[in-house]
Amino acid sequence: MLTKRIIPCLDVKDNRVVKGVKFLNLRDAGDPVELGARYSDEGADELVFLDITATIRSRETIVELVEKVAENVFIPFTVGGGIQTIQQIDTLLRSGADKVSVNTAAVQDSELITEAAERFGSQCVVLAVDARRSQTKTGRWQVCVKAGSEPTDIDVVEWAVKAEELGAGEILLTSMDADGTKAGYDNELNKAIGDAVSIPVIASGGAGKLEHLYDAIVDGKVDAVLMASITHFGNYTIKQIKEYLAGRGIPVNL
Amino acid sequence: MIVIVDYNVGNVKSVCNAFRYIGCDVTLSSESMLIESASGLVLPGVAAFGYAVSALGSLAEVVRDVANSGKPLLGICVGYQMLFDQSSEHGLHKGLGLISGSVVPIPPGRVIPHMGWNCVQLPKEMDLFAGLSEEKHFYFAHSFYAEVTDSQAKVAFTDYGFALAASVQKQNIYGVQFHPEKSSKAGLKLLENFYQICQRQTKKC
Repeated sequence: MLTKRIIPCLDVKDNRVVKGVKFLNLRDAGDPVELGARYSDEGADELVFLDITATIRSRETIVELVEKVAENVFIPFTVGGGIQTIQQIDTLLRSGADKVSVNTAAVQDSELITEAAERFGSQCVVLAVDARRSQTKTGRWQVCVKAGSEPTDIDVVEWAVKAEELGAGEILLTSMDADGTKAGYDNELNKAIGDAVSIPVIASGGAGKLEHLYDAIVDGKVDAVLMASITHFGNYTIKQIKEYLAGRGIPVNL
Repeated sequence: MIVIVDYNVGNVKSVCNAFRYIGCDVTLSSESMLIESASGLVLPGVAAFGYAVSALGSLAEVVRDVANSGKPLLGICVGYQMLFDQSSEHGLHKGLGLISGSVVPIPPGRVIPHMGWNCVQLPKEMDLFAGLSEEKHFYFAHSFYAEVTDSQAKVAFTDYGFALAASVQKQNIYGVQFHPEKSSKAGLKLLENFYQICQRQTKKC
């Protein structure tokens, strides 16, 4: 049986890890190389690195930074942010990333998912979805692109189902409403996606207390939980998180 | 010197990083002369089977010769799957045929890909697991698995609703379905063990 995965996330801007609230008001959270090494050593199950500037100019420096982070990371390492082409995916995988996450480019051209899956395998292709609660339809969420700045008409559940068909291996599901609030994950969203697809779902956005992680796994039925604020700023260590979950009967790799 | 066979598939860098971290100087190469002169070979791989086999191309013969000469060979993930006779991933493809068995899809009825940390039962007689306890978690990421039919191969299993082959050893040929380079401390220990196997082999020659 697979264990539930605890995944710290490094949002990277100008070579620094930052963390905001609902994608805004960014605060410095440290050096990505140091934080990556710390999480790998502390027993995190994976590491996610998101280039949140993702401009053309930042692309080259990001590859160099990914290389440096990867040198000390011996757990699965996912890199995302602004990825648009197979060539970029290839470069990142050759630089030490194990998986890539695609978001905006996949919405614009869903063929990217299929091409990447055929070339590198589905296990390499993570679809990142930034979801926002719909103002007009209750119990529905809309896909937002360009780092959450542009809402689309696409329904999150429908998009997740389609992405699985196209070859995505995992869904990194961020609730924009919950992101950085530390008020808990949006488990209604998590469960809606989890029920609709058979690939693993990673819950993201909203972790503030240990019980939030438990709730996402039990109520949201997710396979993995992503977190930033609660581990970056020293509130909890990975070990504390895992011991807590193990104590409540969740299978973890301690 | 351990050579990591570079045949243009993903994640080779991770394997290099892990070996360097444990103090083993590895060379990444696609030169057949270097591959032939290695003390041990690693066949990494993050790719679809068919793509990997065609990318390996004529190096397949070189790798097979080195393995048949008795030098240690470690296949990782798709590199492990390629040790077997064939795979049915996106059509039927031939593997290296070093270990008897076929690579087939994980049966439905569970989450696929099998992705994450799963507990592997570690048989004492398998050299890669020396110094590790009876069971350890390793990181898996795959949708196909090997049905091992080789009577000479020792096999370690993990439970994914059925006994899934996680690692094989047939004389000097080693393979792991999981990613030791991404399995934290237990994975680094496994790579260290492979490094030592290569060093012992070199001394014997």
